[in-house]
Parts: sequence; C-alpha cells; structure tokens
Amino acid sequence: MISPHLPALQIVLPLLSAPVCVLLRRSILTYAVTVAICWLTFAIAVLLLQQVLASGPISYRLGGWAPPWGIEYRVDTVNAYVLLIVSAIGAIVITAARPTVEREVGEDVQYLFYTCALLCLAGMLGVTITGDAFNLFVFLEISSLSSYVLVSLRRDRRALTAAFHYLIFGTIGATFYLIGVGLLYQATGTLNIADLAVRVAGVTDSQSVRAAFAFMVVGIAIKAAVFPVHIWLPNAYAYAPSIVSALLAATATKVAIYVLLRVFLTIFGPVFAFSTMPLGEMLVALAVVAMFVGSAVAIFQEDVKRMLAYSSVAQIGYMILGIGLATSLGLTGGILHLFNHAVIKGGLFLVMACVFYRIGSVQLVDFAGLGRRMPWTMAAFVVGGLSLIGVPLTTGFVSKWYLILGALDKGWWWLAVLILLSSLLAVIYVWRVVEVAYFRAPPEAATRLEAPVSLLVPTWVLIAANIYFGIDTRVSVGVAKRAAEALMGVGA
Amino acid sequence: MEWAGLYNYWIVIFLMMAGLYVVIASGNLIKKMVGLNIFQASVFLLYITMGKVQGGTAPIIEEGIRVYSNPLPHVLILTAIVVGVATTALGLAIIVRINEAFGSIEEDDLEKPEEAS
Repeated sequence: MISPHLPALQIVLPLLSAPVCVLLRRSILTYAVTVAICWLTFAIAVLLLQQVLASGPISYRLGGWAPPWGIEYRVDTVNAYVLLIVSAIGAIVITAARPTVEREVGEDVQYLFYTCALLCLAGMLGVTITGDAFNLFVFLEISSLSSYVLVSLRRDRRALTAAFHYLIFGTIGATFYLIGVGLLYQATGTLNIADLAVRVAGVTDSQSVRAAFAFMVVGIAIKAAVFPVHIWLPNAYAYAPSIVSALLAATATKVAIYVLLRVFLTIFGPVFAFSTMPLGEMLVALAVVAMFVGSAVAIFQEDVKRMLAYSSVAQIGYMILGIGLATSLGLTGGILHLFNHAVIKGGLFLVMACVFYRIGSVQLVDFAGLGRRMPWTMAAFVVGGLSLIGVPLTTGFVSKWYLILGALDKGWWWLAVLILLSSLLAVIYVWRVVEVAYFRAPPEAATRLEAPVSLLVPTWVLIAANIYFGIDTRVSVGVAKRAAEALMGVGA
Repeated sequence: MEWAGLYNYWIVIFLMMAGLYVVIASGNLIKKMVGLNIFQASVFLLYITMGKVQGGTAPIIEEGIRVYSNPLPHVLILTAIVVGVATTALGLAIIVRINEAFGSIEEDDLEKPEEAS
C-alpha cells in the first residue's frame, strides 16, 4: 500500500514537516515533531535498503512521468546505503539536540533551528535519492541554504562570519555544478542521470563535455571540502552550534562525496574519469596532501572542536583516496570510510556538545581534569579517538585496512606507508586532548559534572556503533563492497 | 566570423569571470554578494542561450510553425533564479547581522584578532 511510495515519502515527510514546525513555534513541540520525523525517515531508509538488497534497484516516477522526461527517484545499493547513513545520523543527533540547543541558540529562534534541521535533512536525502542531475542541484541548495542558517544560529558573532564564508563558497560550488549540468545538457539533451550515462559515452571527445566534467568535479569538491578548497570547513564547524557541527560533519560532506562518486562513476563512467582524464592520480595526490596537512594543522589547534574540524579535512582525504585508487577494492575502502567517519565524527562532535554544555568552552586548557569530572563523556572521546586513529576492533581500523589493501593491490606500497604515517599524526592530536583531560589536575572547586543523560545516550549510541561495526563487519563491509562493485560496473 | 555568432557565450564568459573576480577580490561583504549575483546571472544567461534554436519561435503549438525554441532550459533556470534569490536574501540577512555584531562589513575589520565575545 504505502511501500511503493517509500522513495517519495523519504523526502516529502521532512520537507512538509518543516513548515509545520514554523507554525507550531513552541520550541518543545517542534523538537518532538522533528525527532519523530527523523526516526520515521530512518525507518523508511531501512525499508528501502532491505527492498533494494532483496530485489534490485527501485525506480520511482514522480507524478507518474516516465524517465527520462519526468523526474525519477532511483534507489540502488549505493544510495540506499548513503540514505541509511544520513537518516540514522540525523535521527540520533537531532534526538540529542534539545539541551544544547536551549543553551546555545536564542530562545526566540529555536523553532527555526528545528525547521532548518528538517530542511537540511530533506535536502541531503533528496540529493542522495534523486536520479535527475538538475533536481540534484535544487536539493543541494535546499540543504546548503538551511545549513548556512544553522551555522549562523549560535549566539557567537564569529558564527556569522563563518556562515557567510560558507555561503560564498557553497554558492560558488553549486553554481559550478550548475554550469557543468548545463554544458552536459547542451551536449546530450537529457538530465536524467541514467540516461546521461548512456549518452555521455558517445560524446566524450567533445571539448564541452570535458569542460562539464571539470566544472562538476570542482563544484562538488568545494561542497565536499576536498583538500585545496576546504577552507570554509574549519570555521563553519568550529563556530556552529554543537549539534550542527555533529550533524554537518557526519552527513553533509558525506553526501557531497556520494555526488562525486555519482558524477565520476555513473555519469561519466570509470573509463572516462580515470583513463581519459587523469583524475585518479590527481585525487590520490590531493588526498595524500589532505591527510597530512589536515592532521598536522589539527595538532596545533587550541580549540578542540576546530581540531576535529581539521581532522575531518584529513579524513575526507582518506575517502577521496579510496575513490582515486579507481579499483573496486579501493572504492570499498572509500565508501566504508564514508560510513565509518560519519559514525566517528558524529560521536566525537556529540562529545564536544556534552563538554560545551557543562563547561561552556571547548578550549583545550579547559579540558584539564575532565577525565574525572565527566568520566562517561571523556571515555566516549577516548573510544571515538581510538577509532579515528584506526586501532583494531574499531570501525576506523576496518576502513583503513581496506584502503591499505587497495593500495597494496595496486602495488603502491608507499601509499600504504603514507596511510599508516598519517594515522600516527592522528595519535598525536587525540593524545593531546586525552593527556589534558586525564593527567592534568582539574581547576580547584571543580565538582563532578556529568553531561545530562539525554545527551550521553545518543553520544554513546554512536560510540558503541564504532565498536560494533569494528567487530561485526558483515553488514557495513558487505554493503560497501556491493556498492563499490555496482559503481565500478563489475558484477552489479 | 564564427566567433561573432556566438557573442552570447562571450558575454556569459565575461560576466562569469567578472563576477567571480569581484567575489574573490572585494573586501566588502555587500560587494561580494553583488559579485556572486553577477556570477550566477551569467549561468542563467548560459542556460537561456542554449535553449534558443535558430529561426525557432516561442514553443506554442500553432499551425504552420515547425521550429520551436527549447523551453526546458528556460524552465530550469526559473528554478535556479529562485535559488539565487534565496541565496541573496540569506546572504544579505547574514550581512545585516554581521554589521550589528561587528559594526563593520569590511573583511579587514572582521579578521582582526579578537577575544571571544
């Protein structure tokens, strides 16, 4: 009855409940609605993934118009997986939002916070599910515009400048993508992604198709904060409200990376992207620089949230590395890291939310003695940090393992060494926080101040997921492998 | 004289570069927004240009008319214009709040090292 319309409901539910939140206005009511909707979208994503795994890709015609003329929602293994990640993180993070939003966001705009969170979620899910290149642009802007608002909502004036820079960069990125889509339409006369894939193959010699490729890659790379165009990210994450940092770090860049995958591998195809264009080598080079520069800069940060933001730049490098390897093994590592990093960073930024809620600061010096004052919170940080480094039995290990396998498979042993070395840099910045928190005496008159349960439980759900998916890799690796093979055109 | 026939595209490229340059080079936030708008407008023009078919009329079914311009890019760009308007509105709103909080909209003033407020 409802099940054939699940792909549409995935988007329509959060999109339509956003205006409902504006009408409700009461902060507590909007929170309740938002949480309920987020969990519903999560349930839909689970059902969709089950359907796809059981019976292959789903094609949904919006308004009954047949593709390639109408807009098509197309769910296959790859985006069903991404939908699941985004909606799961969204649901968990938004559930934790209530206490910190009350503290960090002005009382009169709290309902707008939840409205924008819903819009942001709708946009990201839309980008993931749509099978239409132009529709993708529209959803991209829905999610971006609402995330600029989310960043600017904190009662700290630096959040405003961070949001403004994010807006400038994001808009340039989206417009570049739009130019690319325009040039492609000019060459092929279609906007449907599956149809584009067929037709682009016939015109790859054309100068304008190559230009389209370049525009789309650069545009999406800005959104994904791939190394040289990442500079909007640290400030946006550092000055955004704690919950927004967790939400964006765990989902927004992941969705952008998914779009990169789609553009490279579905629209243009692996042959064009990696043989005709020297994209693989370029991506690997940029990824390696990102891994080292991101981690190295992270080591010198005094603001722990900013440190995690720079570490995100490095982690995005690992995902790009997986794509750049251009083999299905490397891609499996990249897609796995997409999932794992969402779980790791979502958890770690929620830890920051806990700390900020109690201490009112995330400066490194204020972490002194927190190991004793907030034992559960800091324990979560330690586990999340271990996973970030890639210690065995955590998720971070699994994805790095596949990346190293991918590198060795290509005979690039030096790359495997570089992956290991850059992981050692992560040890340094995680250790800096652990040292201050556990081995430095707390300020006098400090009492034990554990974060509220409503924050701790979601944090620990994500952190526990780090361990669970580090040990039981059947689901995450299995799906990532199928997704990678489908994208590379092996097996399907 | 093939290039002269493509003058629309030359205008697109000029506007695109000019807009992007203003965004990068200008230190004033309002001017940055203006640059961003010019940049976006160039893309609108690109889409509108590609929809034109030589000798084509408006896409209305009428007897005796066989060649129509492609209406799809025009429709697409309506959506993109809406997105552009939303972006501009949001950007200007943030600039107003920056001005309230910092007392300036010059980038040089905003980047001065400062204590957390």
